[in-house]
Amino acid sequence: MVKFENTNPADFHGVWVFCEQRGGEVNPTAYELLSEGRKLADDLGVELCGLLLGDNVKDLAPAFGGYGADRVLVCEDPLLKEYTTDAYAKVLCDMVMEHKPEVVLIGATNIGRDLGPRCAARLHTGLTADCTHLDVDVAKYKEFLKSTSTMDVEKMQWDMSDKGLKMTRPAFGGHLMATIICPRFRPQMSTVRPGVMQCAPFDQAKADACKVELCPVTLSESDLKTKVLEVVKEAKSAVDLIGAEVVVCVGFGISKDVKTGIELAQQLADALGGVVGASRAVVDAGWLDASHQVGQTGKTVRPKIYIALGISGAIQHKSGMQDSECIIAVNQNGDAPIFEIANYGIVGDLFKIVPEMIEQLKK
Amino acid sequence: MKFIVCVKQVPDTSGVVAVKADGTMDRSRMATITNPDDLNAVEAALALKDQNPEAKVIVVSMGPAPAEGMLRELLAMGCDEAVLVSGREFGGSDTFATSQIIAAAIAHIGLDEDDIIFCGRQAIDGDTAQVGPQIAEKLDLPQVTYAIDLKLEGDKLIVRRQLEDGYMTIETSLPCLVTCIKELNVPRYMTVKGILESFSKPYQVFDYNELKDEPLIELDTIGLKGSPTNVYKSFSPPLKGAGVILDGSPAESVEKLFAALTEKHII
Ligand SMILES: Cc1cc2nc3c(=O)[nH]c(=O)nc-3n(C[C@H](O)[C@H](O)[C@H](O)COP(=O)(O)OP(=O)(O)OC[C@H]3O[C@@H](n4cnc5c(N)ncnc54)[C@H](O)[C@@H]3O)c2cc1C
Ligand SMILES: Cc1cc2nc3c(=O)[nH]c(=O)nc-3n(C[C@H](O)[C@H](O)[C@H](O)COP(=O)(O)OP(=O)(O)OC[C@H]3O[C@@H](n4cnc5c(N)ncnc54)[C@H](O)[C@@H]3O)c2cc1C
Repeated sequence: MVKFENTNPADFHGVWVFCEQRGGEVNPTAYELLSEGRKLADDLGVELCGLLLGDNVKDLAPAFGGYGADRVLVCEDPLLKEYTTDAYAKVLCDMVMEHKPEVVLIGATNIGRDLGPRCAARLHTGLTADCTHLDVDVAKYKEFLKSTSTMDVEKMQWDMSDKGLKMTRPAFGGHLMATIICPRFRPQMSTVRPGVMQCAPFDQAKADACKVELCPVTLSESDLKTKVLEVVKEAKSAVDLIGAEVVVCVGFGISKDVKTGIELAQQLADALGGVVGASRAVVDAGWLDASHQVGQTGKTVRPKIYIALGISGAIQHKSGMQDSECIIAVNQNGDAPIFEIANYGIVGDLFKIVPEMIEQLKK
Repeated sequence: MKFIVCVKQVPDTSGVVAVKADGTMDRSRMATITNPDDLNAVEAALALKDQNPEAKVIVVSMGPAPAEGMLRELLAMGCDEAVLVSGREFGGSDTFATSQIIAAAIAHIGLDEDDIIFCGRQAIDGDTAQVGPQIAEKLDLPQVTYAIDLKLEGDKLIVRRQLEDGYMTIETSLPCLVTCIKELNVPRYMTVKGILESFSKPYQVFDYNELKDEPLIELDTIGLKGSPTNVYKSFSPPLKGAGVILDGSPAESVEKLFAALTEKHII
């Protein structure tokens, strides 16, 4: 394999976002990461570039400009139609070696978390997993620490000229936050948790101005050691937890009458224009399917209103919802940890409280 | 035919979690367990061995000496051999360096044409899910992550790979690496016979000297020095300021709730 010289940061320029698509449908992480990448590129004074891989996908590219991309590099090949680790890793690494971006962001989807580590290992660089916050500017990073930690930020030593990417992520099941850096190698890579970065409003003028470039791809059947036999989309009405403004989440507290508990949650969600989520205890019990699960091993949501019904508030659950704008908890145990992060709490039986909520909302 | 399973000993993050004043984990005060996904990886290997009795299951763990206890338990579950990769030189490794060392250990064991490497998808402490794919890259093997079903058909492995909105069925040549999730299977228990036999099964320790001639092992690719990433800061996550508890009868508390939400223009 060719040796990729990547120890001199001065050789690397620009912020890249891997814009994931499946079957011609753009994964929302692409827009989220472009919106975030735009801020980083502005702080660095460099270009933001989207990287799009697929077969016949270039028509998707201009929209990326609307979320902040200055330029989109498109790699098309029939072998890129379905995601395979081998084909995607080869093309992504070839592109990075040729164009030398300083930052590469990838959505931490099931595909991104397959692709990212493979590429980072091949490029001999670091990869930070499942990030929830990114900074290049030290002053902004200090502000972030002030608002999210108890550290005495002003007493610490800072190199204000440092423009390295500071990638913050939860570890130990959400018990610990770590900011990771990659000082010696380029690009600085991170996978970013879906649903965490906020989408900028779409800007038609920027979309029209965005440059789209088709790039040559060198790929042959012999590069692929795996074959995709089928791709199955589960038809069950997958709930759109991540996009919802209101999430009504049920926990094991519905156990004494599961059917009624779920119906109540659904009615409350309908009344507020929201969707129903679930804790892992509920999913493990088979009461709702896994697409409803909120938390570390489920989805991360940050709706306007999050209502927790009969959820204790385990750290693995909290890590998936604690950034919601307004958290409302109903739990019969006044000591349940969920109340530690709730804006509003009602101590009581959800089977009495929720019907009352639905009733009052009807008025 | 060998099934090599990578297993990590982790602090039990669902129990008491001890954080030191400087924001790092106090591992000495926490119980250790076998990483949950790795038990699914072990079960996957043992189930394939049930169908291919000539195959050998080797568990490999990198970590400090006490991980021996965990490896003995895995031998008692039915694994045939265990390897502990342990050495001061390996400490402080990020996922790049960790995968480099484990890949070297696997190369040292030797990979045959029909071998399969199993990993868990994710360790519950570091939580990165990166080590599996990175081992595959360093050994130049095909990988399939998020396995929820697998079967061996001739010289191919057919794996069902979970996606957020469904699944993909993938055929891969061997040797290959598969990462496993809890939906794949239910791990078996140790048996009394297994426990008795576990003490006579082969158990080896690979230290730096044992591995140093492997091409993957160089001082600038392992340990803290060989890790491209560094921890810049670590801290406990924020607690939101305690909110308001709305008391009274159900009707009263709900009234108070909606009054507050309306006042703040939340609804
Ligand atoms: C590696 C790992 C990953 C995990 N990932 C996730 C994840 O992604 N998401 C997740 O949610 N969990 C996750 N968990 C599980 C998590 O630790 C908890 O076990 C789970 O969140 C508990 O769900 P619960 O709050 O619904 O149930 P419980 O903890 O059983 O809580 C039920 C609550 O309901 C209350 N209650 C009971 N009856 C009523 C009633 N009638 N009215 C009002 N309140 C009532 C009780 O007081 C109690 O607080 C994970 C765990 C591990 C180890
Ligand atoms: C707070 C914190 C944050 C971190 N963040 C990052 C980061 O963003 N990027 C980074 O590169 N490193 C990071 N690290 C370092 C990383 O945790 C270690 O390199 C760790 O040894 C491996 O990563 P993991 O626990 O995430 O394993 P994962 O990659 O989640 O493990 C996946 C599978 O690989 C196998 N495996 C993993 N470790 C071993 C082992 N020691 N022995 C045998 N099999 C194993 C198991 O089958 C496991 O199920 C971080 C460490 C800390 C303390």
